[in-house]
Amino acid sequence: MPKRTDISKILILGSGPIIIGQSAEFDYSGTQACKALKSEGFEVVLANSNPATIMTDPEFAERTYIEPLTREYLEEIIRVEREISPSPGFAILPTVGGQTALNLAVELSDGGILDKYDVQLIGANIAAIKKAEDRLYFKDAMQKIGLDVPKSALVNNLKDGLEFAGKIGFPVIVRPSFTLGGSGGGIAYNREELLDVLARGLDFSPVHEALIEESVLGWKEYELEVMRDLRDNVIVICSIENFDPMGVHTGDSITVAPAQTLTDREYQVMRDAAIAVIREIGVETGGSNIQFAVHPATGRMVVIEMNPRVSRSSALASKATGFPIAKIAAKLAVGYTLDEIPNDITRKTPSCFEPTLDYVVVKIPKWQFEKFPGADESLGPQMKSVGEVMAIGRTFKEALLKGVRALDTGKKIGSEKIEPKILTQRLVTPHPERLSYIRYALRQGHTVKNIAKMTSIDPWFLYQLKEINDMQLELEKHPMGSIPTDVLRDAKRMGFSDGRLAGVWRLDGKGAQEKIRHLRKKNRLTPVYKRVDTCAAEFESYTPYLYSTYEEEDEATPTKKKKVIILGSGPNRIGQGIEFDYCCCHAAFALHDDGYETIMVNCNPETVSTDYDTSDRLYFEPLTLEDVFAIYEHEASSGAPVGVIVQFGGQTPLNLALPLKAAGVKIIGTSPESIDLAEDRKRFNKLLEELEIPQAPGAMAASIEEAVAGARSVGYPVLVRPSYVLGGRAMVIAYDEETVVRYMKEAVEYSQDRPVLIDHFLEDAIEVDVDALSDGEDVVIGGIMQHIEEAGIHSGDSSCVLPAVDIPGHLLDRMRDYTFKLARALKVIGLMNVQFAIPRSNGSKANGDEGGKVYVLEVNPRASRTVPYVSKATGVPMAKIAARLMTGRKLREFLPEFIERAADLDTGSCYFVKSPVFPWNKFPGVDTVLGPEMKSTGEVMGVADNFGEAFAKAQLAAGQKLPTSGTVFISVTDHDKPHVAELARRFVDMGFKLVATTGTADVLEEAGMSLERVYKVKEGRPNAVDLIKGERIQLIVNTPQGPDPFFDEKAIRRAAVTARIPTITTLSAARAAAEGIAALQRGELNVRALQQLHAERVLENKL
Amino acid sequence: MQAILALEDGRVFRGKGYGAKGECYGEVVFNTSITGYQEIFTDPSYCGQIVVLTNPEIGNYGTNPEDNEATRPYIEGLIVREFSRVSSNWRSQQVVEEYLEQFKIPVLAEIDSRALVRHLRDHGVMRGVISTLESDPEKLIAKARSIPKMDGQDLAKVVTTNRPYVWEVGERSHEPVEVVGVKDAPPRFHVVAYDFGIKQNILRKLRGEGCKVTVVPAQTPAEDVMAMKPHGVFLSNGPGDPEPCTYAVDNIRRLMGRHPIFGICLGHQLTGIALGGKTFKLKFGHHGGNHPVKQLNTGKIEITAHNHNFAVDPDSLPQSEVELTHMDLNDSTLEGLRHRNLPLFSVQYHPEASPGPHDSHYLFKDFVKMMEEWKG
Repeated sequence: MPKRTDISKILILGSGPIIIGQSAEFDYSGTQACKALKSEGFEVVLANSNPATIMTDPEFAERTYIEPLTREYLEEIIRVEREISPSPGFAILPTVGGQTALNLAVELSDGGILDKYDVQLIGANIAAIKKAEDRLYFKDAMQKIGLDVPKSALVNNLKDGLEFAGKIGFPVIVRPSFTLGGSGGGIAYNREELLDVLARGLDFSPVHEALIEESVLGWKEYELEVMRDLRDNVIVICSIENFDPMGVHTGDSITVAPAQTLTDREYQVMRDAAIAVIREIGVETGGSNIQFAVHPATGRMVVIEMNPRVSRSSALASKATGFPIAKIAAKLAVGYTLDEIPNDITRKTPSCFEPTLDYVVVKIPKWQFEKFPGADESLGPQMKSVGEVMAIGRTFKEALLKGVRALDTGKKIGSEKIEPKILTQRLVTPHPERLSYIRYALRQGHTVKNIAKMTSIDPWFLYQLKEINDMQLELEKHPMGSIPTDVLRDAKRMGFSDGRLAGVWRLDGKGAQEKIRHLRKKNRLTPVYKRVDTCAAEFESYTPYLYSTYEEEDEATPTKKKKVIILGSGPNRIGQGIEFDYCCCHAAFALHDDGYETIMVNCNPETVSTDYDTSDRLYFEPLTLEDVFAIYEHEASSGAPVGVIVQFGGQTPLNLALPLKAAGVKIIGTSPESIDLAEDRKRFNKLLEELEIPQAPGAMAASIEEAVAGARSVGYPVLVRPSYVLGGRAMVIAYDEETVVRYMKEAVEYSQDRPVLIDHFLEDAIEVDVDALSDGEDVVIGGIMQHIEEAGIHSGDSSCVLPAVDIPGHLLDRMRDYTFKLARALKVIGLMNVQFAIPRSNGSKANGDEGGKVYVLEVNPRASRTVPYVSKATGVPMAKIAARLMTGRKLREFLPEFIERAADLDTGSCYFVKSPVFPWNKFPGVDTVLGPEMKSTGEVMGVADNFGEAFAKAQLAAGQKLPTSGTVFISVTDHDKPHVAELARRFVDMGFKLVATTGTADVLEEAGMSLERVYKVKEGRPNAVDLIKGERIQLIVNTPQGPDPFFDEKAIRRAAVTARIPTITTLSAARAAAEGIAALQRGELNVRALQQLHAERVLENKL
Repeated sequence: MQAILALEDGRVFRGKGYGAKGECYGEVVFNTSITGYQEIFTDPSYCGQIVVLTNPEIGNYGTNPEDNEATRPYIEGLIVREFSRVSSNWRSQQVVEEYLEQFKIPVLAEIDSRALVRHLRDHGVMRGVISTLESDPEKLIAKARSIPKMDGQDLAKVVTTNRPYVWEVGERSHEPVEVVGVKDAPPRFHVVAYDFGIKQNILRKLRGEGCKVTVVPAQTPAEDVMAMKPHGVFLSNGPGDPEPCTYAVDNIRRLMGRHPIFGICLGHQLTGIALGGKTFKLKFGHHGGNHPVKQLNTGKIEITAHNHNFAVDPDSLPQSEVELTHMDLNDSTLEGLRHRNLPLFSVQYHPEASPGPHDSHYLFKDFVKMMEEWKG
């Protein structure tokens, strides 16, 4: 069937900010969909609130709306778009934007908006979405087509519950009906527990009803990725087997493709079932993911669930097979059939086939519990990982070991802390450290059978781990000097890294890996590169999508073209997320256009950078010194000039910069020495002194004594942190010596090489981020972003606004001046980010003679998290320009007028507010306080011609809906009291009631406002928490100061999060919120396409 | 145990030997199926061939009696990247190594099997020797050159049954009924199946469609078949070159129009020749479970299991009599045909799957329907 001609415009829904469970994979799928549909000649319109995405780059759509993904804003976008094109043929594609987009589609349909504007859904229909998403409809549908599902019954009393549980056997799962996010549910292992859990569940359910379901915990878990076209052709793209059994969320499971322990007969039964499911649910075109559980002893197979859309697993399946699911799904949605779409990789064969793999793919999740002290670290039905790595090897063992080293944990294999006492617990209860404990158990001589029993992990997988352990033992038998070549070869083929081999022979420190590398080369052991080609080499492959392995034949003969290797950022994590992938992709796009062969190295399957058509060559490899250097050597072996970019991928590649350079690799852009200088406290201090740039007093410490002395000399409060980290890992503000001592004892590892940094903490200061471009001579500032939260809150966790709203001009000039000086002094070639703090006290005295002081907090001569945001706001692709500067081009070629005028990049007449998004709801019980360690997983942007509306939009997009009426709870510090009346008045004028604690209440009453007094939590009851829980409060303004905010009043914060009440912790943010609320009250709902904003800017500049 | 593969063109791969010690000889072909190694081992169509499996992890789920396609393995030798010494599956009864050793089949593992596949893809299938005994590659290369070529070999008569028998569920295969979905319903049709190397699953599928199946030796004269008064005749898959099987071609010509006929794989090639067509050898054949085949009348696509080195040249067929029904979308080779007037159709691929997708099971129903119509 050819392309549909009855559609001309397609609105693609994005997935919004990165959150746990919905990550960069939807940038990947959305970008593919945009590209595919645009190339088919459709007018593509995009809605997504996340500015850090590639898909929201202006060239990927006709019009890009970076707006909140809510029904109201979507309706406005649809209305505007309908006005632009009154003719029919307007469709929405909701299947490439995760659950967010799918839910939005249902809301738009249920709200009658699709009908009202005559817009149709493509890719999925409402009936199919509902059938797949509603647990009961889904069960009915499965039973109708004769497929088995876990046995279940709805009950509304304890007696029926007990009776049913008796019939199906314990344990059972209790799921209360109509509760949000499964709250009130649980597992019961016996009658007594069931009475408890069921009583609570019934209580939670507004209709006093609960589902009792047969437990499939410990069963084997499988997933199939299925695609269907309008002619009812159905194909299975990939089978995935989970290493972890049922009970662990698939996003938190180690997964393996293809399935390893199913016979053909069992696999084909599963395939038949998957095909029946997609047909019965009625997904007419596109991809779906179907999950199965299989009983390990009987083979009974049950259907667990289905996602009628592109999912995280389909992104993984795309990367695992080379089959671009999202792109094909988009094409199927507009009428093509699978046989009409060619396979990009083989070119000669069609996409209507089932990929076959001659390698094994392993995905391993990455968790960051260290950032959430107090969180429950056990793995269960709720996903907790923040990112993942994928590794490709010729065997499961090789892929697994590559994946483990790709995780970039900073820990050496075998050096993990193992507590033998809790071995059983760690094996029985799924936990992120499971692999380490299995390794330990094997080393202790536990049998595979025994471990299988405890972990419910398939014995085949465990046997592979045993073989790895056996190899480790074999290696340990030989001294390094006399290791037989064939043993070394077997170890490398099994996936042992040079680092791990260094560990076997207890080589330590610098040069350890190098020694192994020399040993390897002496034994003629170097990796070759094989292609991912969808067809197990049956047909020739035209896409150099590569992975390393220790085999005979290499399939990646390097070209003689001048080339640039771009090091990606590895697994997503807090502080190192999609923003860096964005920059890496931009480097690839720009340098390809400049005639370079672009070579990407990354191991994150969720990203656009690991798409095979983002760069000229893709090495899907761990970002370790061994793997990257091997790629470099391979590529350089043709004699072609090779440059390596390390400054775009965040900390992971930066950590490789110096060792790579030492090994003879040419790093392009800012030199690794300059990058290092900015991190090296002593040398950096000296530089700032020379440049006469003020910074908060600081010290370094490599012992507790030095830390105490240092803190005393710089003056409390102090900011303490390790060197060389991103995202404020293990960074705290200490108000006293006790905290500093405790920090040095518990929190971090440090050494003379990597001391702890101690800075005086500037309280009550405005923090500012500056991004700049530099070619070493000229410098252009991309944006001066004013943080809405004050200094002390990690910049990634702070909302910020572009342009700055209330920083006096001369201070802006001072920051520009410092930025220029720093860029030149550090010889920055590419991007640079500077963070400043402006103490409010002197800022307000700005008209005084001294004019206020600006302190430099830190300088990062590399891409920062804000680059995509600034690029979206200014319409200037900063990362692309930076990449070109690194190849020797000059800033004058790109931004001459800004250099002439010494002007910042332009943001036109709009304000652009960036707001963070936090994972609190995934970690119940964790304190939600913000501090110097970054906790947010993603970000959104709000755009408007006034600050208030932009802020309100950003908050809304981040899931914080500012109220338009109700009661505001206000409690501010003494310092803020002089300004609080003015703020409160605004709320009163807007019709809000006030509730305040004593001190604040006094000030407000004195100013003539009436209010209700409430106790502080410590004072007595009823207190603020009681009012929050009683739904009496709609907005919280609570500005804390001193040690209290960071260690106290946790209850208020937690209660507010649970009740989803916006909480504002600074007066400036409160003022912003007031402006936002005013904008909401005006009822204005404006949407703006990025392209339009950028076009207006060009026009203005010409005038 | 060291093992070597030597190919007739001089290429040599060294790896580790598992399974039986010794030597094996054959045409080296590769199969791209991810699952189903046991069915591949026991498919008589692999007689005379050494099989490279592209899935690098083989043996993981062991073996079991139900998944056999014949009473013994027919591959001459096996080549894999990683050979599992253990098995894990609730149906597994024997690890693969033991199973293959029992049938004296050598395994070459831990070689760069992808390099070998690329070599075969670029240079075509060729003869080879696996040896765990000889370490001089030159001697092995010479041996590889000395073994007979597949072209022109009639292997059907080697693997066929030596006497006719009526196939019953549970008799020659041991699978529980629920696994294969064969009910013990009273058969409505009698089918005589020519055994050129027939797979068990074809028999199961026919039985499942209500056919009593009498399996007869490859060289059974048409008259003997007619004397059995079957409702239909089935022409099975099998190994080797179709051209030397002139006896089969003669028999098919005599049966055409007298009984409904359904052919698979070698049965299809023989049908093509019987209709006046010619066969040719493919460079490296089709062996795998992911081939898209288009039904030319509806445009629908089936994902199908393939195992053939030869194909019928569509241009050699008389278009007035023969309708081309199926085509491979990867290389546009002919995958199915139907006689325009007589009750006769055949497919090049394997609708019985095993291993492979079940998309084409409908063909067995089509056969039954054809017999119904003919009977009526």
